[in-house]
Amino acid sequence: MSGTETQQKTDKLTGAQIFLECLRKEGVKEIFGYPGGVILTIYEALYNCDFIKHYLVRHEQAAVHAAEGYSRITGKPGVALVTSGPGATNCITGIANAYYDGYPLVVFTGQVGSSQIGNDAFQEADIIGITRSCCKHNYLVKDVKDLPRIIKEAFHIATTGKPGPVVVDMPKDILSASCEFVWPETVKLPGYNPNYNGHPKQISKALELLCEAERPVIIAGGGIVASEAMEELKQLADKLHVPVTNTLMAKGVYPETDEKSLGMLGMHGNFWANHAVTNCDVLFAVGTRFNDRITGCLKRFARDAQIIHVDIDPCSINKNVKVDIPIIGDAKNVLRAMLDEFNNNNYEIHHEVKQSWLEQINEWRNKRPKIEHNSEKLSAITVIQKLYEYTKDMDPVITTEVGQHQMWAAQLWKCDKPRRFVTSGGLGTMGFGFPAAMGIAVADKDRLVINIAGDGSIQMNIQELATCVEYQIPVINVIINNGYLGMVRQWQEKLYHQHYSETKISGPDFVKVAEAYGARGFRITKEEDIIPVIQQAIECRQPVFIDVVVDEYEMVYPWVLAGNPINKVLLSNNCPIN
Amino acid sequence: MSNNNKNHVISVLVKDEAGIVSRVSGLFSGRGYSIESITAAQTSEKGYARITIETSGGDENVIEQITKQLNRLIPVLKVVDLGDVESIERELILCKVIAKDEDRSEILRIAEIFGAKIIDVTQRTYTLEAIGDERQIRSLIELLRPIGIKELVRSGKVGITRSNQFTSTKAE
Repeated sequence: MSGTETQQKTDKLTGAQIFLECLRKEGVKEIFGYPGGVILTIYEALYNCDFIKHYLVRHEQAAVHAAEGYSRITGKPGVALVTSGPGATNCITGIANAYYDGYPLVVFTGQVGSSQIGNDAFQEADIIGITRSCCKHNYLVKDVKDLPRIIKEAFHIATTGKPGPVVVDMPKDILSASCEFVWPETVKLPGYNPNYNGHPKQISKALELLCEAERPVIIAGGGIVASEAMEELKQLADKLHVPVTNTLMAKGVYPETDEKSLGMLGMHGNFWANHAVTNCDVLFAVGTRFNDRITGCLKRFARDAQIIHVDIDPCSINKNVKVDIPIIGDAKNVLRAMLDEFNNNNYEIHHEVKQSWLEQINEWRNKRPKIEHNSEKLSAITVIQKLYEYTKDMDPVITTEVGQHQMWAAQLWKCDKPRRFVTSGGLGTMGFGFPAAMGIAVADKDRLVINIAGDGSIQMNIQELATCVEYQIPVINVIINNGYLGMVRQWQEKLYHQHYSETKISGPDFVKVAEAYGARGFRITKEEDIIPVIQQAIECRQPVFIDVVVDEYEMVYPWVLAGNPINKVLLSNNCPIN
Repeated sequence: MSNNNKNHVISVLVKDEAGIVSRVSGLFSGRGYSIESITAAQTSEKGYARITIETSGGDENVIEQITKQLNRLIPVLKVVDLGDVESIERELILCKVIAKDEDRSEILRIAEIFGAKIIDVTQRTYTLEAIGDERQIRSLIELLRPIGIKELVRSGKVGITRSNQFTSTKAE
């Protein structure tokens, strides 16, 4: 395309070989995929390939979730490879999931031959059209010569700015055509220039506001994980003496065991965090989209606060919450600039004022009601609590599916490091946790990886047990089995006249399923079984299902009903709905 | 700007690649923004196109989001809300009017006032070609309507800024 390209090989390679060479250039070592007609040339090239390890999943959706898990633990882009038509359409949920939560993926889809596109050929799907609204960008490769440039651009776009998934659709004939492999040195995308450095004036205005504030709160979002800004966040919170609450996506970006941590806010967040945000006078939000699950009723959200919002994606700013000081930039750079500004100038902090605010918040915190469990049956909360206590020193990665178990896990797991709590936040994808855990275990082979699941959601990608067994990926699935789609049932109980419409769900005998697949299966029905079973599960270093039979009527509290202000919290079953 | 919800004309400079119009229009439908009209064509430079979109019903926040969301698309190079800058907007219409004997002189008179051309004549119809800004086009249509519009074809708005900020694709 231009003179900056250097010629690295003179031999001609096929598109399929070029594809693998490009992955090598991008440092990709492991990919998740599923073969099919139009990408057979790639699988042919993979046959003798010693630099890419391919993991054969059992459903394409799982390939994409696994790639996202891989990305979440490593910070590098995850890669999935699938065939055209159904292979590609099966990926949509995975792509959308990564798009909402902002993790870098490059998903390669096969496409029917260029001359057949548009003719309703066998296994044809317009994947460019279909994925347009759920990925950061997508490409249809039209000439084998463009393949290296497109792949380089795809990885660049996926990993820069707000990270996200990029789809590259490769027609069959492109993969078998051949040309010289030329790897471009640079990426030229005039329409794509993410802004990394916040405006200095805005930064000093924000700092002034935070210093003067009497009741400041920081909301830490997932953007802090993406930009690795944990250290800067901690320093700034310490220096300015400001409490920090985190979103679900930001668990661990600020140590949840620290005294200034308010833990998670939002619909099922800590009510003292919700109170703090509602009553603050300055709200400093970093790397969050202000999703409705954390804002509740927008009109009542931090009404009296001046709001400072740092985000690398300009679209996040003023989308849901009206912002007083917008700062478009990378969280790490902006927080670093604020720290420098603070250190080099004489900003005054009134520690007593800030301390009394912390004390006020602690007063709310101390009013926390004791969780009561009156049933004979095992409480899911007890199970997750014990699991946490037993494994916390092993530095495990927790993944979750979506539902009650996810919220209990988020509430009970105290994360002191990022990339330790992996969950589908934005899209809320049931079936995400297991394949994501698989991707994590592939990326970090000695890591203890536990998927906390529900009996509904585990069935959405249960087939991945076969993958785990084949490659001996020792993911532990703790299935909180209450025989219901618990979160939906919970809404029906309070909001839909206890009409449990289609939420009672049966499942197989999970122990037998595990054994049939060649994995290990355990069952917990009593509190005293919890620790011994977990111990065995960890020690066996095999893929594991633990069927934990729990009370079917336990509810997740605190709970802010959708549309309510976030300080209007239900704390227990006895709270009336008004 | 006294009226918050007036129509906005947004001019989008893009890389002229396959599917670009659907990428832009899909963003509008996917996020629930309206499109009153949309035009797209190459610019003076090969490889670039300009898409002009007229959108209605959006307050300032919506327009701000539209602009940002458009900018987020990778092949989009520049987005200008023509309402924010000094600009000139035009629309071309072709209008087939029922030309009864007694109305013919009136049609010609209206055409003359608006600088419209009669580009086709049949025994029963006159076809007018007119170019103008929104107000002129609206008035013309209002005047022709009682006479009897048989068919109306509109190009959708195009616009250009008066300063030099948006004239070159190589501006950056």
